Amino acid sequence: MTSQVSTPADQADGAAGAVVGEQRTPAGSGAKEVRRLDRVIIRFAGDSGDGMQLTGDRFTSETASFGNDLSTLPNFPAEIRAPAGTLPGVSSFQLHFADHDILTPGDAPNVLVAMNPAALKANIGDVPRGAEIIVNTDEFTKRPMAKVGYETSPLEDGSLEAYNVHPVPLTTLTVEALKEFGLTRKEAERSKNMFALGLLSWMYHRPTEGTEAFLRQKFAKKPDIAEANVAAFRAGWNFGETTEDFAVSYEVAPATRAFPTGTYRNISGNLALSYGLIAAGQKADLPLYLGSYPITPASDILHELSKHKNFGVRTFQAEDEIAGIGAALGAAFGGALAVTTTSGPGVALKSEAIGLAVSLELPLLIVDIQRGGPSTGLPTKTEQADLLQAMYGRNGEAPVPVVAPKTPGDCFDAALDAARIALTYRTPVFLLSDGYLANGSEPWRIPDPEDLPDLRVQFATGPNHELADGTEVFWPYKRDPQTLARPWAVPGTPGLEHRIGGIEKQDGTGNISYDPANHDFMVRTRQAKIDGIEVPDLEVDDPDGAKTLVIGWGSTYGPITAAVRRLRVAGVPIAQAHLRHLNPFPRNLGEVLKRYEKVVVPEMNLGQLATLIRAKYLVDAQSYNQVNGMPFKAEQLATVLKEAIDV
Amino acid sequence: MSETTAQPASHHSLLSLVPKAEGKQSMKDFKSDQEVRWCPGCGDYAVLAAVQGFMPELGLAKENIVFVSGIGCSSRFPYYMNTYGMHSIHGRAPAIATGLASSRRDLSVWVVTGDGDALSIGGNHLIHALRRNVNLKILLFNNRIYGLTKGQYSPTSEVGKLTKSSPMGSLDAPFNPVSLAIGAEASFVARTVDSDRKHLTEVLRQAAAHPGTALVEIYQNCNIFNDGAFDALKDSETAQEAVIRLEHGQPIRFGAGGHKGVVRDPATGDLQVVEVTPENESRILVHDAHSASPTTAFALSRLADPDTLHRTPIGVFRSVERPVYDTQMADQLDAAIEQNGKGDLGRLLTGNDTWTVVG
Repeated sequence: MTSQVSTPADQADGAAGAVVGEQRTPAGSGAKEVRRLDRVIIRFAGDSGDGMQLTGDRFTSETASFGNDLSTLPNFPAEIRAPAGTLPGVSSFQLHFADHDILTPGDAPNVLVAMNPAALKANIGDVPRGAEIIVNTDEFTKRPMAKVGYETSPLEDGSLEAYNVHPVPLTTLTVEALKEFGLTRKEAERSKNMFALGLLSWMYHRPTEGTEAFLRQKFAKKPDIAEANVAAFRAGWNFGETTEDFAVSYEVAPATRAFPTGTYRNISGNLALSYGLIAAGQKADLPLYLGSYPITPASDILHELSKHKNFGVRTFQAEDEIAGIGAALGAAFGGALAVTTTSGPGVALKSEAIGLAVSLELPLLIVDIQRGGPSTGLPTKTEQADLLQAMYGRNGEAPVPVVAPKTPGDCFDAALDAARIALTYRTPVFLLSDGYLANGSEPWRIPDPEDLPDLRVQFATGPNHELADGTEVFWPYKRDPQTLARPWAVPGTPGLEHRIGGIEKQDGTGNISYDPANHDFMVRTRQAKIDGIEVPDLEVDDPDGAKTLVIGWGSTYGPITAAVRRLRVAGVPIAQAHLRHLNPFPRNLGEVLKRYEKVVVPEMNLGQLATLIRAKYLVDAQSYNQVNGMPFKAEQLATVLKEAIDV
Repeated sequence: MSETTAQPASHHSLLSLVPKAEGKQSMKDFKSDQEVRWCPGCGDYAVLAAVQGFMPELGLAKENIVFVSGIGCSSRFPYYMNTYGMHSIHGRAPAIATGLASSRRDLSVWVVTGDGDALSIGGNHLIHALRRNVNLKILLFNNRIYGLTKGQYSPTSEVGKLTKSSPMGSLDAPFNPVSLAIGAEASFVARTVDSDRKHLTEVLRQAAAHPGTALVEIYQNCNIFNDGAFDALKDSETAQEAVIRLEHGQPIRFGAGGHKGVVRDPATGDLQVVEVTPENESRILVHDAHSASPTTAFALSRLADPDTLHRTPIGVFRSVERPVYDTQMADQLDAAIEQNGKGDLGRLLTGNDTWTVVG
């Protein structure tokens, strides 16, 4: 029995999985060899119409219910159905799962499933030598190969010699397996993704009940199609079990030690964010109101919240982005926990209304699921280049708090935190997620609703000011001395009738005022209110007393942390900190930055956080940037950080 | 003579969700302590007085009344009403009011807007509020000019308008707000005039009673930048011949002694104005504001000459009942609770696919 374990540096993330054990079933039974791995990265790739996202989702669910730690990276074109068989039409889903805790979807796949020549060509560059490639040979005919520029078949011309290629006629086998269902060839072919899923499920000992139940539920109205898909799925499994080409299957043990005690589920960022909003409404005891206009990659939040009307959630699909935030602001005036969801281009359209919300000092959540920009940019790819838009993208001095989640599951907590700030300080708040967090998923420890923070607020109920003559009056802009928040007096409250608007208001009374000194005072007071928001101090992870600090925000948490782990196991000290609050910054940030000789800021933009830090703290922060629509790779960051330390 | 359509009995049901005032109200109760700052002689004063005078008649608790406006001279309106109010941003009042009305059915929500605010920068929000039929009362002050920015032509200005931004005459064909609203599926559309307080109040009365979005176009004089824009409809000499007063169930006749009338041209189906004679009297159209089809109301809205305003119908063009957005939104919440039970956060977060890690 051989035993070989990944080095800790590999374990840190993303490197090829290693065999950690080997067991043979009793000789003579004809059963196959089973090897144990500590981690695997699989990438399913095919045409946009091949159902790769569904296949990846199902494999993820199987893996989650088995108890591995996991991280996913869906990657798909913006076109709904790009021309079939072309490189731009390739859709892929990468899944990293392990018997220990992991932080990223992995740098390079150990297994590539390529459903056609385009999928092979588009992905082969990411596949390290020695990895396994499962190809659908049925698609490797003249025309599909010519379409992507293969003059000879890569399956025959030796160009894949460095890989462990499994040629499988997936389409033919699927059609054959579904013969008795009386489907047309075209209908039968559509189940080939389930055949592939069955094969991979066999290879990695995934539980299968969940997928079979899922298929029966999904196609409940078409039982024939449901059973055909289940049959294709089982045929794929059996193919692995019987064919000699697949001599080995693999086990990846559950990641029991990686997780604290609790009940877990798999969750994507947009789902966690939606649940966070519902939870915030419940914990604030306020009706949740979403005003939104569909936009990738934020629409899933609109879809999800629309399903939960039994929580008193109102969702309003507006005529445009401006009406989405307008309606939300109207609902906030009426006493709702109001939210608008969008992506970068939508934020641009909402800017004026955000300014109004700043002036009205009403609670409002602005959820920006960032994507590649500028303009329409890359709708389905990730980026974090809206930070400065969120900070400054308005006329006048219009400060808005900014909160950013760091992992898919963290979107839940970040939503609650954003709601806390909005409700406590009566202000619009930006929640900056991104496409990578939105669509990626990870195991999530399900919280007990009792343990979530209490977000209840007090509406104004009566006069709050006494005039010189003793008359008791209500002043809509008389502030709480601690938080500087103004009272939230909702229509329907007798005696508190008042008018508010976007014109500058007199301190206290809220009446229109063009007085220069008053304007100066109000501008400074609004800024002071945001600056005074309570946020926790920044925690620094620095076990070795390092001289270099790497600091990030948002979805770069996974790759940065994975890179830091790699360096530390290689004996390179490095300190790490990650910002949840971008406005205001944690009180101790300046002091933390000054403790280190070097500060490195990796971002998926051209250095927006670095700019803020340099401006505010006069620290020579070095920026490391990537804006290719994809998350950082751990290996790449580790190299960059090592170079920064060594310089 | 054609038959007119009766209005269903449920007419006032929506207002019943708004609490009633305790005790009698007066016009004074609706005046805020803020000094009114429109130009002396502005038509807005007359509309403000009419609205403040009409509110006590509704008898609603004033804390449950909200005025939302955009930007423009008329949009200062909320500051002068002693109710809840929001002076928002240019063109967006219908969107903001939609969020408020659809989340708070116990409120009576009014939008105050102008021709630039509602039809230019905010055109999109206006048409969508109308098609959704949110429970809003929209008062569109139309003075056919930009006042607050000092006198540029507006989307209702007549072609060839000489202004600072159109020294050789404006080129844009104007909107007819009533036609636009009917085209946008409005369930209630009316037009009135600032100086005719009695008519204005009667139109407000009907708008307030309407379940759903009510659009009231108010011809309003800007005595600084477009003085006399509606004189043809106000001058005692000309008004009789120029104004067509629409009243549900009444033959559409106007002019001294009702010597003119509106008939349908049998050849084209369009409407035309004729001298009433004993022969054609039976063909005079009877106004049917409640007709399910908007065709005749639209045809009526096209009678006016946009340049001279001759043959301008005023009154309620259209008033029909159809499902109200906020009511249906609330009904869906109730139905969801009935079907799935009241939301249980713990169960939602847990979902269907879980696994447990024991220490």
